[in-house]
Amino acid sequence: MEAVPVRARVYVACVAVAALLCLLPLPGIRTPWWAVALLATLYAGCERVARSRFVGISHPAGTFYPVLLAGAFLLPAPAAALVAVPGALLSHVEQRPLALRRVWRAAQLVLGVWAAARVHWALGGRDAVVAGDVPYALGPAGAAVLAFCLVLALLDGGILAVAERVPVRRAWRGLVSRSLAPIAVHGLAGLMMAVLWRSPYGPVAALLVLLPMCVSWWAFAQYHRERAAHQATIRALVQAVDIKDGYTRGHSERVGQASMMIARELGMDDERVEVLRFAGILHDVGKLGVPTRLLRKDGPLTPEERRVIELHPEYGHEMVRGIGFLGEARAAVLHHHERLDGTGYPYGLMGSQIPESARVVAVADAFDAMTSTRSYSRARPVAVALAELKRCSGSQFDPEMVEALVEAVGRAGWRPAVTADDVDPTRIPPPGAPVSSRPGAHR
Amino acid sequence: MSAYRPPPLFTLVHGCAALLAAGSLAVTLYDGLEERRVALAFGVLVTVGELARRNGARVREPAPLGAAAALSYALLGEAGGRATHHGPAQVVAVVLAASLLASVPHVARGQGPTLDHLARRVLTVGFVAVCFQPPYNRGMFDDWGGPAYALLLLALLSLTALCDAVLAAALAHSRTGWPFGPVLRDELRAVLGIGSAVIATGAVMALAVAVVGLWALPVFSVPLLLAQMSFRRYAAVRATYRQTIASLARATEVAGYTPCGHARRVAALSQAVGRDLGLTEPELAVLEYAALMHDIGQLSLVDPVPAGATAGLPAAEARRIALLGGAVVRQTGVDEAVAVVVERQADPYAEQPLAARIVRAVNAYEEKSREGGLGGPLTALEELRLATAGEYAPEVVESLARVLARSSLTLPVTG
Repeated sequence: MEAVPVRARVYVACVAVAALLCLLPLPGIRTPWWAVALLATLYAGCERVARSRFVGISHPAGTFYPVLLAGAFLLPAPAAALVAVPGALLSHVEQRPLALRRVWRAAQLVLGVWAAARVHWALGGRDAVVAGDVPYALGPAGAAVLAFCLVLALLDGGILAVAERVPVRRAWRGLVSRSLAPIAVHGLAGLMMAVLWRSPYGPVAALLVLLPMCVSWWAFAQYHRERAAHQATIRALVQAVDIKDGYTRGHSERVGQASMMIARELGMDDERVEVLRFAGILHDVGKLGVPTRLLRKDGPLTPEERRVIELHPEYGHEMVRGIGFLGEARAAVLHHHERLDGTGYPYGLMGSQIPESARVVAVADAFDAMTSTRSYSRARPVAVALAELKRCSGSQFDPEMVEALVEAVGRAGWRPAVTADDVDPTRIPPPGAPVSSRPGAHR
Repeated sequence: MSAYRPPPLFTLVHGCAALLAAGSLAVTLYDGLEERRVALAFGVLVTVGELARRNGARVREPAPLGAAAALSYALLGEAGGRATHHGPAQVVAVVLAASLLASVPHVARGQGPTLDHLARRVLTVGFVAVCFQPPYNRGMFDDWGGPAYALLLLALLSLTALCDAVLAAALAHSRTGWPFGPVLRDELRAVLGIGSAVIATGAVMALAVAVVGLWALPVFSVPLLLAQMSFRRYAAVRATYRQTIASLARATEVAGYTPCGHARRVAALSQAVGRDLGLTEPELAVLEYAALMHDIGQLSLVDPVPAGATAGLPAAEARRIALLGGAVVRQTGVDEAVAVVVERQADPYAEQPLAARIVRAVNAYEEKSREGGLGGPLTALEELRLATAGEYAPEVVESLARVLARSSLTLPVTG
């Protein structure tokens, strides 16, 4: 976001003014200032730690809402809203403009917490918290959490609509349903904090509630970090194949994308679509086992050389069969060169004997091979390639898959995005070349 | 391990736990249960927590909720504002009964009762209960203020967690022969992770039940369950990552550069040697990945090395392949340390990091012992010993010999 549109600035300013109005009655009310200070410090500290390099990736549900919600359950509305301010203003922001984002964040949280505290107060939640009447206290707390969630979603949708010109309906769709479950858990933790805070055991006991939450955030961040590393590994693996084969860059990724489009078009569920994306990405991984000399050979191959190259689906299957999460993608790796009429390899399966995933990947593979430039042929236009696929459907390709690809490309077009652009392919050493060590070349 | 006699410490710990359990059951049966409702509620929670247990070699605390519920029952002084009167015997009996009940499905599924787990649970809960219940029931904590009381519970649980870590490390040490120090360090690190969540939840549950009654139990279980779920997902993605790395390592085998199963065998044996030499868990992870991928540089060769025997290559050629391998590993985005180990596996040992020394020696042993046929392992070890002047680090070769002696000089079984 280089230049923030004026209407977005105005929107943020309006929200900030509303937040200030919420904080205005502060001097007039009786507030336990030490509690406000303690909670605010706690929130700011946690926020700092959570977004620092120590934890790495920030949590999608973002922040230490339990502290804020405990404030909403304990304090009068303006005081509870004040708890959010220092943490939000001091928090680490990744993108510019920093000041605007911080103000926006603070104003949003002030309004959310204020609304939650008002709802909680109106429903008589305060007395339930003080009395430690837990089954009853859950009701007002639930309502307060809902109000908090709604206000945040409303404001978030608003900024999306104003700043990015996302249509209002689309901006709001899913915002509440996505954040309600995590915030409900935060609310539960907030309620526990509030109850213990007012108990004879005091704030010390309340702080202990945060520990399990912190631990689970830490584990969650580790999970994301490990997952990202895993994906980077798979991507690098695939690039090694592309380079070894002398393909144009990103062939495997594009096959993955085309497989995904076909799978979506066939109405498969998200999990299967993801598996098919991996099937497309990894379909040629067995080529790592074929001598580079053969893969790059100019001119016609002898029958024996051809036989060696045709072993690559079996090599690939041998490699990936131990990776549990790939599921049916493993069958796709083994059978992506089978043909419907039974003249393919390695097993010469016919028609429905060929696994569905393999039929998807076969079409995607052929499509990308035709539409990208190779050492031996120029790229053909998408329409020509689709026509060619249609011509071969029934004998080589499954007509259902070809039809799905034609539909999907017709609707969304074919704009393959190579996501693996952070790794420079020239860094893989050519065979036989001397290589010096490169400390810090990656990560 | 059928012909294997458990070491004395093992017998001692299990014996103590059995004695404590039997004594507590007898006392409880004789005296009857105090506050049945409370006992039942905690028993149910422990059962639920234990049912959600997931066994696995790399899981430190398989049932966090079960542990937290058991500890909080041991620390319970009041429920909903009324004092409770149960003694340590009842605590141990309830926890034991609930754990046994919950292990029925696990046994039925053929996973076997994890006696270690049960023994440690009984001992830790017994320790906490003995430290807390008698003084409390005699009114010794009555003059303590609320916050001080909360801190007391926390301190008691932390002490217990430390003792438990020492006990677990001692058990692992006596069972496997791994050095005590690094095992203890790994156990203590686990206390900082999920262990701290268990401690906090245990203390908080005991306090919350005192304030609001038994309703606190389900409500306060939620954050801990969340933590457990996060840890499981983390463990799952780690497992997947390991599978992917192992598959990548198989590329050289598929291509015919190295014999089948070589990478996996080197990784398994390197891990054993690494443990013997006292590496910590993170270091062992690096070692495992590096051992799996140590031959990956050969993929960049135009023609395979004969029989994949890199140990017999001229030093310059071996180093070149190692550097190529390091470059490939860097590409994959694995931890930088792994690439360094792969890169330096062919250097003279004086210049190598420990992990690279291990990979080098184990790789050579694996290749030589395979070539040697029936007497291969012994001959290979002898050859390695003779070459300790410049190529293989003496301490690694000695450790390898110890590890092999422990597993009766056979090649590790591959999975």
